[in-house]
Order: sequence, then structure tokens, then C-alpha cells
Amino acid sequence: MRRRNLQLDAQGHLRHLLTIEGLKRQQIVDILDTAESFITVGDQQVRKVPLLRGKTVVNLFFEASTRTLTTFELAAKRLSADVLKININTSATVKGESLLDMLQNLEAMQCDMFVVRHGDSGAAHLIAQHVAPHISVINAGDGRHAHPTQALLDMFTIRRHKSEFAPLTVAIVGDIMHSRVARSQIHALTTLGISDLRVVAPKTLIPTQVEGLGVHVYHNMKEGLHDADVVIMLRLQKERMQGALLPSEQEYFQDYGLTNEKLAVAKPNVLVMHPGPINRGVEIDSEVADGPRSVILEQVSNGIAVRMAVMSMVLGRPPINTESEGAAQ
Amino acid sequence: MQQLITQMAEELRHKFGSNVTIEDALMIGIHTGGVWVAERLHQALGIRQPLAQLDISFYRDDFSRIGMNPQVKPSQLPTSVDEAHIILVDDVLHTGRTIRAALNEIFDYGRPATVTLAVLGERSGRELPIQADVVGTHIQLGEHEHVKLTGPEPLRLEVVETP
Repeated sequence: MRRRNLQLDAQGHLRHLLTIEGLKRQQIVDILDTAESFITVGDQQVRKVPLLRGKTVVNLFFEASTRTLTTFELAAKRLSADVLKININTSATVKGESLLDMLQNLEAMQCDMFVVRHGDSGAAHLIAQHVAPHISVINAGDGRHAHPTQALLDMFTIRRHKSEFAPLTVAIVGDIMHSRVARSQIHALTTLGISDLRVVAPKTLIPTQVEGLGVHVYHNMKEGLHDADVVIMLRLQKERMQGALLPSEQEYFQDYGLTNEKLAVAKPNVLVMHPGPINRGVEIDSEVADGPRSVILEQVSNGIAVRMAVMSMVLGRPPINTESEGAAQ
Repeated sequence: MQQLITQMAEELRHKFGSNVTIEDALMIGIHTGGVWVAERLHQALGIRQPLAQLDISFYRDDFSRIGMNPQVKPSQLPTSVDEAHIILVDDVLHTGRTIRAALNEIFDYGRPATVTLAVLGERSGRELPIQADVVGTHIQLGEHEHVKLTGPEPLRLEVVETP
């Protein structure tokens, strides 16, 4: 029979991390708490802990990435794991059976974890469905679907500044349509019980029925940012855009680019976030990106601790009693 | 309890002698019980540097058997322990594995001049060649008994039946 939630084992522990959807609030909080303890590892003279010594982590990147790939690699290395990086050229159409063949080969090399970035939605799920029982899969971004570790590091960054989620007003601004980051953030923020979650974008960049996820839709930037505690800017994903969704980058910046002037309607201690890479002068003005309200670089450092937490939690599960696991299905 | 702490503080002072001023030592308590004991010793000795705390969860040797400790707390150590005279404090010395893990973590923060181990209680069952320099009390246990520290207020060592 099919498992109800692929990413949890029979005891409810995190076995893979594929999406924020289906995670309970306490599970998210546990990950954030664990990440808090990994922050201090960066202060040590020897920036390493021996937790995953002897484990092998494979970064499978079917799509370009700098920040995510680097911080996953650093996270694994700070946990003392051995890291293998495989860049697969997307044009080589490594899909379907040939992908699974490659996984079997990697399994034969005794790997313990796959960190997967892929341009197709559902790629990490597909891999998780086919890996050997001892292997964990972490989704490092799949198509337009999900980017759970990015959402978790964003939650971690917000919590370090705002302590409580419930009273917050958070505005996610920009290309919601093509953004897996936005989707994961929306699931994380609603699970954490945020009171006012807004998405701000032109009509062409907002997916239909997004209100069903519990967000308020704004098409006017100043209305959307009014009294916001956190503003999350998204990158304009030119590579994922088909057809004429936007008039021009200049016009987009005029209406939806974050400037100090537009930010003035938010709360005075507002946090400005961006998952990177930023398009200066397109979705965000340099003055804001490099300004005092910006925590964009802090997000990058926090990404290491959060990814260390996720990796050590999925590989450090209490031992599975195979008999009871079989019975629970 | 207060008497035990006073006696341990005196022994520590004696151990340090006149070569090193104990007030300049770096005291580190191991989570959770060790921190409770260390708070009292830290005060009794008038140590100037703030009390450091260590959570050894990331250095345990049984990670692959029992998994991640869900209640891990951040370690709070100065960024460098180079040349420091460290007083490491734990509640009960049993197998010695916790101390092994703690020493490894400390050495990832630098190279201390000396490390002195002080424990509130000591029992049998050592699995590693590790002994304490200062011991509050030696605990004799029956076959199906173990010792537990409850606290922080009041701080008490209890002998309980192993379930």
C-alpha cells in the first residue's frame, strides 16, 4: 500500500524533506530549534561537528544554483559528511528510466542522501519513491513546486528577529506564479499560524485560486506593504516566463520594485528579505537591498544552519523497527 | 547540597594552587545537570568570566544508534578557548562517554592550557579511561539502581530503581 506521507516514516519522523505541505507546526518548530544549536558551530575554530562522519551526501543538481548548492555542500561538510557533487546538464534530458538507472548506480556506491534540484515539479518525489530504504532525499527545489529548505531558513530568519509568528503581517511580493519559494513560504507561514499573509503582484503573476491557500491578494504595492512586519521580495524569473506576462522590466520596477519610498508605508522595523539571486533595479532597488532593513545576507548564513538541522534530522532518526514499520502500512 | 558545593569549591581552589588564579578560569557546565552544578560553583568561586555551557549532542558516539537529540540546546562558549584554564563540570560521572564528547567539542574551539574535571557525583561503570579531579560524593549503587540529578531548585541527587 502507498504511504500517506512519503516524507515521514512509520513513527512520524522526517525521513525525506520534499515539501512543507503536510508538516505539522511542531515539526517545523523542531527544525528551527535544532538549527539554532547549529549556529554556534560557525563560531568554533574548527567549524565542524562529527555527526555525519562516514555518511555520503550526493548533491544532484539538474538545474543551475549557486547559493543553495554551496550552502548544502557547506552544511554537509560542517557535519563531517563526505560530499559528492553531480551537475547534470539539463539538455542531456536525463529523465524517466535513465534517471532511475543513475540513482541505482549511486546507491550501489553506498550513498546515504540525495539532495536534488530539478527543473521539473515532482522530481524529488519521484526519486524518493524509488530510493533504497536507508536513503534520504532532500528537495533543493523542483520546478514551480517547492523549495522547503529555503522556506525554513526564511522562517528561521524571521523568528530570530520577530520571536512570534502569530501577530505578524507578511507580504510576499513579485513573481508568485513561477515561484516554488513562494509556495513553500506560504505553506510554512500558514502552518506557523501567521495572522495576515499577503501576496502582492500584477494579475499575470498570481496563480488562480491562490486565495485558497489562506493569503490575501493585492495588486497595489503600497496597499500590500501597508503596516507589514516582513516584506519578502521574489526574483523575477525571466527564464521561466513564457509569453508576454509583463510589459517591461522598467515598468515592473516602477510598479512593483521595492524602493525606500514604497517601503515607508510598512512598519518602521520591517524586515526586507529576498531568496536571491537579486535583480537589482528590477524587483529591488540597491538602496533597499543593501540598506539597514535588509537581512538578505543573513538569510544566506542561516541557510547553512537550517540545512545542517534538516540533514542531521533525516539521517539521525531513531532506529526503525522493521517489523512495526511493515505493520503500520 | 550547599555543603557539597562548598567542599568542591575548596578542593578546586586547592588544585589550582597559587600558580593560576582560579577567578580567571573558564568554567563550563555540561547540559543540563552540569550547568546547574556549575552555576553554584561559579558563584562560590567568584569566577570572573561568564559561565559557559556545552551541549554535547553533536559529539555523541551513539548518534547512529539513537539518532538526533530533539532537545539539543546551543552551546555557549567564548569564541576561543586558547590558553584557557578550564573547569569542566558535570552532574554524575558514569561511563565517561559524555566527558569524552565534551573534550572533543572544547578542542574544536581551540587549545586550552588545562582542563580540570569536577563532578557532583561519581558512580561505577566507567567505559573509558576518564577520572574526575574533584568529586563531590561517591555513590554506591545496587544492581538495579541508577542515580539522577533533579533541579535546578532544589538541587538533589537521587538514587532510583532502574525501570
